[in-house]
Amino acid sequence: MQFTFTEEQRMIRDAVAALLAEQSTSAQVRAAMASATGTDDALWQALAVDMQACAVLVPEHLGGLGTGFVEAALIGEQLGRHVACVPYHATVGLAVSTLLACADDAQQAAWLPGIAEGTTIASVAGLGENERKSADGARFRSHGDGYLLCGHFAAVPHAHVAGLLLVAAQAETGDTALFALPAGSRGLTVRHRPTMDQTRAQAEVLLNDVALPASARLARTDEKSLATARVCATVLIAAELLGVADASLAMAVGYTGERRQFGRAIASYQAIKHRAADMLLKAELARSAVYYAACVASEALFGRDDAARKVAAELPQAASLAKTYAGEAAFYNAGSALQLFGGVGFTWEYDVHLYFKRAQGCSHFLGSPALHRERVARALLD
Amino acid sequence: MKISFSPEDEAFREEAARWLADNLTGEFDKLRFRGGPGDEHSFIDERRAWEKRLAAGGWVGVGWAKEDGGRGATISRQVIFAEEYARAGGPGRLGHIGEGLAGPTIAAFGTAEQKARYLPPILRGEALWCQGYSEPAAGSDLAAVATRARLGNDGQWRISGQKVWTSLAHLADWCFVLARTDPASSGHHGLGFFLVAMDQPGVTVRPIEQITGSSEFNEVFFDEAVAADLLGQPGEGWKIAMALLGFERGVSTLGQQMQFRGELDEIIRVAKDNGAAQDPDIRSRIAEAQMGLTVMRYNALRMLGGDAEETRAALVYKLHWASWHRNLGKLAMDVLGEAAELCDTAPYGLTRLQSLFLFTRADTLYGGSNQIQRNLIAERGLGMPKEPKGR
Repeated sequence: MQFTFTEEQRMIRDAVAALLAEQSTSAQVRAAMASATGTDDALWQALAVDMQACAVLVPEHLGGLGTGFVEAALIGEQLGRHVACVPYHATVGLAVSTLLACADDAQQAAWLPGIAEGTTIASVAGLGENERKSADGARFRSHGDGYLLCGHFAAVPHAHVAGLLLVAAQAETGDTALFALPAGSRGLTVRHRPTMDQTRAQAEVLLNDVALPASARLARTDEKSLATARVCATVLIAAELLGVADASLAMAVGYTGERRQFGRAIASYQAIKHRAADMLLKAELARSAVYYAACVASEALFGRDDAARKVAAELPQAASLAKTYAGEAAFYNAGSALQLFGGVGFTWEYDVHLYFKRAQGCSHFLGSPALHRERVARALLD
Repeated sequence: MKISFSPEDEAFREEAARWLADNLTGEFDKLRFRGGPGDEHSFIDERRAWEKRLAAGGWVGVGWAKEDGGRGATISRQVIFAEEYARAGGPGRLGHIGEGLAGPTIAAFGTAEQKARYLPPILRGEALWCQGYSEPAAGSDLAAVATRARLGNDGQWRISGQKVWTSLAHLADWCFVLARTDPASSGHHGLGFFLVAMDQPGVTVRPIEQITGSSEFNEVFFDEAVAADLLGQPGEGWKIAMALLGFERGVSTLGQQMQFRGELDEIIRVAKDNGAAQDPDIRSRIAEAQMGLTVMRYNALRMLGGDAEETRAALVYKLHWASWHRNLGKLAMDVLGEAAELCDTAPYGLTRLQSLFLFTRADTLYGGSNQIQRNLIAERGLGMPKEPKGR
C-alpha cells in the first residue's frame, strides 16, 4: 500500500497547474463564459491535444497513456481550482468512464483513440438519477437491424460541443441501454442553454426518432457496469469540487490577510481564523476522500488481481463519501469566501461568485449530498 | 498512489489475525471491544495481563525500530495490525502512552543507558507510563508550566508542583514530566523533560471525579519527588515535548478508530431494533457518522503516507475525530430516545452509550481543545497571524 503520489503523478498535476495558471486566468474564464459555446477552445487545445490530458484513462493500445484514475482526479482538481471552462469532465469523467465500463473492444477502439488525442469531445446524457420530478429521459425500440431513440434531456454538460454523445435510454420493458450518437445524427438537436454557473456549459438534448445501427448500442449495460460508470464519473466531479473548495479557501486567506479594519489585518481576528480553519478541515477531509476514492476507482477499472477486486468492492461507498464531502466542502468554502470578502465578494467584478456558482451546480450534479447520504444509510440500515 | 496491499502484507495480516483469534479467548474473551475512552476503568487487572500477553507475542512496539527492540514494521503493516486489532475487538491499551509516546521519545533523545533501562520494560508490556504536561494554570497555554525541577547537591533533580488531567496516573509506574529547570525562565525556555517513578513518597495521585461519576483522570502532586532521569539537557524540555507529539503519527489513531467502529455498530443495532432507523433525520445522521468515520480512516492513511505535502491532513485530524465522536455520543442518545435515561446499575452505573455520550464531551477539550486546534490550523496550516500574547 502506498497512499502517496508517484513522481509521475506529481508531474502531471504540476504541468496542468502551470498551464491553467497561464491560460485559465480570471479574464480568460470570463471571456469563455461570455462566448457562444461557453467553452475555452484555446485552453482545450492546449490541455487535450498538446498535453493529452484526456489520454490518462485510455489504455495504451488505443492511443492512450493508460496511467490511471488518480491522474484524472488530479487534473480534475486543478480544473476546479481554476473554474476552467472546458469539457474535461464531460469527456473523461462521463464518457471515458462509460466507455471503459460499458463498451466492448470494437466500440472502445472506435471512440477512445479520438478522445485520447483530444480531437473528440464527448458527453453522456442520463447517466445520473433524477432526484426530483423531471421530464428527462429517453426511450428506445428496435427498428429493422437497429434502434430508434426518442427523448429529451434539459441539461447535458458540454453536449453542444461534443462530437460523440452517449445516451442512456429505456426499453418498454424498463431495461436500460446506452447508445453512441455521433454529433449531427439525423433527429438529434442540441442547444446550448444559459445556466447559472457559466463556467460549466450545458446543452439541451432532443432526440426525435434518431435511427441507429445495432453497433451503436454499448455492449454491457447491466446495472453493475452502469453503476461503475456512474460512480467513476462521480469521483471525478468530486475531484473538481475539491479544487473549488481549495481555491475558495486560498482566496479567502489571501484577501483577509490584506484587508485591514480596526487597524489590523482581519485575518488576525479569531472569528476569521476559526472560519478559515473550518474551511481547511472540510477541504482536507474532502481531499482524503477524493484521493482514496480515485485509488479505488483505479482498481475497479484497471485492477486484475484479488487484492484489486477486494478494494473495488468499496467503490460505491467511497464515491458517495467523496461526492458528499467534496460537494459540501466546496459550497461551504465558497460561501464562506463570499462572507469573508464582505461586500466586494457580492460584486460581479470579484471572482468569488464564479466558485460559489460552480460549487452549487457541481454539488448537485450526479447526486446531491442528501442523495448520497441516503444511499449510505440504505446500505447500513435497510 | 495505491491502496491495495501486497501479498506479503496480506500474509502478515493473516498472521496477526490468527494470533489475535488464538489469544483473545478464555480469560481475555470478555475484554473484546472494552476499555476504550470512557470505558478506561474497566477490567484493569485483565488488561494488565493482556499487555503482557500481547508483548509475549511480539505485538508491542510493532512500529519501533529493530535496534530499539521493535519489529521495525512498515507503515503498511502497522496499519494492518491496527486494523486487525480493531476487527478482533482488542481491548483499549493500558500501555499506549509508553509504547506510542514515552518509548519513541526516549529512543530519539535518550542515551544508550536510558534506552537500555526504559525501553525493554515497555516492550515486555510491564511498565505503564503517564504524561505529566498539563497543570491547573497551564492548560491550553502549556508553556505556562510552573512545576519546578531543582538540582540537588547529590546530583539528583527533585520535582515539585502539580500536574492535572493525567490519565492512568493511578496505574502508571512512570511519568514523563515537563518542569522548569530555570526558575527565572518563562514560556518555552528553561524547561526540562524528566522521567519520574510514580511509586515514591514525593508523589501523590488523587483521582478526579468526572461528569461520568468515574475517574479516568487524576491530579498528581509532586513534593520533592526524585527524578530518575533527565532526557536531553536542561532547557531542551519544550523541544522534546513537542517532538513527542510528532511521534503520534496516527497509527494508534487507527486503533482508536476500532473503538469508534464498535460504538457506531452498536448504535446502528439499536436503531434497527427500536425503529429509529426509519426516522429520516436519524438515518441521515447515521449515514453522516458512517462517512465521518470512513473519511477518518482515509485521512489517517494520508497522514501515514508521510508525504511532506500532507501535513495539513495531520493538522485537521484531531478537530475532526473529536467533533465526530462528540456528535456520535449525542446520536446514541437520540437513537435511544427516552430509554437513554435508564442507568445499568445503582447508584450511577452508566450504560456504555451513556458513558460515550458524557465522556465524548472531554474529547473536544483534551489534547488541545477544538478552539486551540482551530488556532493551530489557521496559523500553521494557513499561515494566518498568530494570536496576541498577554505576556
